[in-house]
Amino acid sequence: MSGVRVLVGTRKGAFILTADGARQHWQVDGPHFGGWEVYHVNGSPADPDRLYAAQSGGWFGQLIQRSDDGGRTWEPVGNDFTYDGDVGEHLWYDGTPRPWEFKRIWHLEPSRDDPDTVYAGAEDAALYRSTDGGREWQELTALRTHESGPRWQPGAGGMCLHTIILDPVHRDRIYVAISAAGAFRSDDAGGTWRPINRGLVSGQIPDPDAEVGHCVHRLAMHPSRPDVLFMQKHWDVMRSDDGGGSWREISGDLPTDFGFPIAVHAHEPETVYVVPIKSDSEHYVPDGRLRVFRSRSGGDEWEPLTAGLPQENCYVNVLRDAMAVDTLDPCGIYFGTTGGQVYRSADNGDTWAPIVRDLPTVLSVEVQALP
Amino acid sequence: MIRVVLPAHLRNLARVTGEVRLDLEAGDGEVTQRLLLDALEERYPMLRGTIRDRASGQRRAFVRFYACEEDLSNDSPDAPLPAPVATGAEPLLIVGAMAGG
Repeated sequence: MSGVRVLVGTRKGAFILTADGARQHWQVDGPHFGGWEVYHVNGSPADPDRLYAAQSGGWFGQLIQRSDDGGRTWEPVGNDFTYDGDVGEHLWYDGTPRPWEFKRIWHLEPSRDDPDTVYAGAEDAALYRSTDGGREWQELTALRTHESGPRWQPGAGGMCLHTIILDPVHRDRIYVAISAAGAFRSDDAGGTWRPINRGLVSGQIPDPDAEVGHCVHRLAMHPSRPDVLFMQKHWDVMRSDDGGGSWREISGDLPTDFGFPIAVHAHEPETVYVVPIKSDSEHYVPDGRLRVFRSRSGGDEWEPLTAGLPQENCYVNVLRDAMAVDTLDPCGIYFGTTGGQVYRSADNGDTWAPIVRDLPTVLSVEVQALP
Repeated sequence: MIRVVLPAHLRNLARVTGEVRLDLEAGDGEVTQRLLLDALEERYPMLRGTIRDRASGQRRAFVRFYACEEDLSNDSPDAPLPAPVATGAEPLLIVGAMAGG
């Protein structure tokens, strides 16, 4: 590997951070799309120079940008995210029905083997796919029109489809997660969907173990074990060993099990990372200490990782799409904060250092290992 | 010839500097906001969805249209634009509203 490229989406633009394989010395390039919210930037596993960015803003709406040269130049591509067919209604905060209304794209997930195929997760929740490099988008309507759709309700961040996982082994299997509806799985490339929330318990909803209504914050999978899923829920860190058929709690000895991101080590499928946050109403790290917690046993037992991270007077959050791992050895871990810092560890999380400290609020972090 | 002033973010997106000048085929009818925006989006397809909502075709909430020191934002899209805009004497200003952070 010649190096790594970290793709950072922020409240006011995108930044691209690059380093060689040692991951000690970094170049910071940006802002791209300055002044716009960039919820996500992601690269194609099949062609690392093919990048997609979700650029949006209150004034001028949603744009998708594409780069074919690793982020040096960008081209706006398609932004028609019209809901296909009957729009339908979901539950609003006050419990009344409300029509689906497109607001923005939260997450872009390129196909593992075709640079022109990419999936997009929307608020209000819907899943789109493009097979022509982002020029045209087709909604996979079976998700939004699932019979449970009228019972979906937005979380505080909106009714967003924020996680898309393309199963590398079961090629037609797709996992998505929606706040606050829950996790869903398709085994036929998006033709049909079923909720996979059995075992989730959420005290914030009237029926704590309802089929839908759970505020899933993030799912993660190791590509070598696609039936094992990890979840950071609103509260609770969860694990499934049967492709989401059932879940069990693995919060164990975490100081708090509220949080947003969750990630799996690139080479150790039982090594998992979370960033505990004080509570649902106090979105900052507990005790003023920024600590990543690592489990090397697939959950339940967690150790704080603090070397190089601020251990006093720190009150940042780490958002759901703002943590990523690279595939180098040793594995690199990266995360961005609401305070604008992007931290990296080049040694499995043992030690950390900031790559950059003063960006706008970080919304998303992805990393590419460059050939 | 119609003159349009875009806000900075949309000038960047369309890769233009200064005013945009459009030749409109209005037939025998009047130049309207809809005709003007259709022509603008035809010439700069990347602006589709940034001024008018993709689904509804309505002006986006935080976009305003000004001309001749008047706010035309809430005029019907099919109402004639003021004569100085139609003749090119005055530009139509497309403005991001005072909002946001």
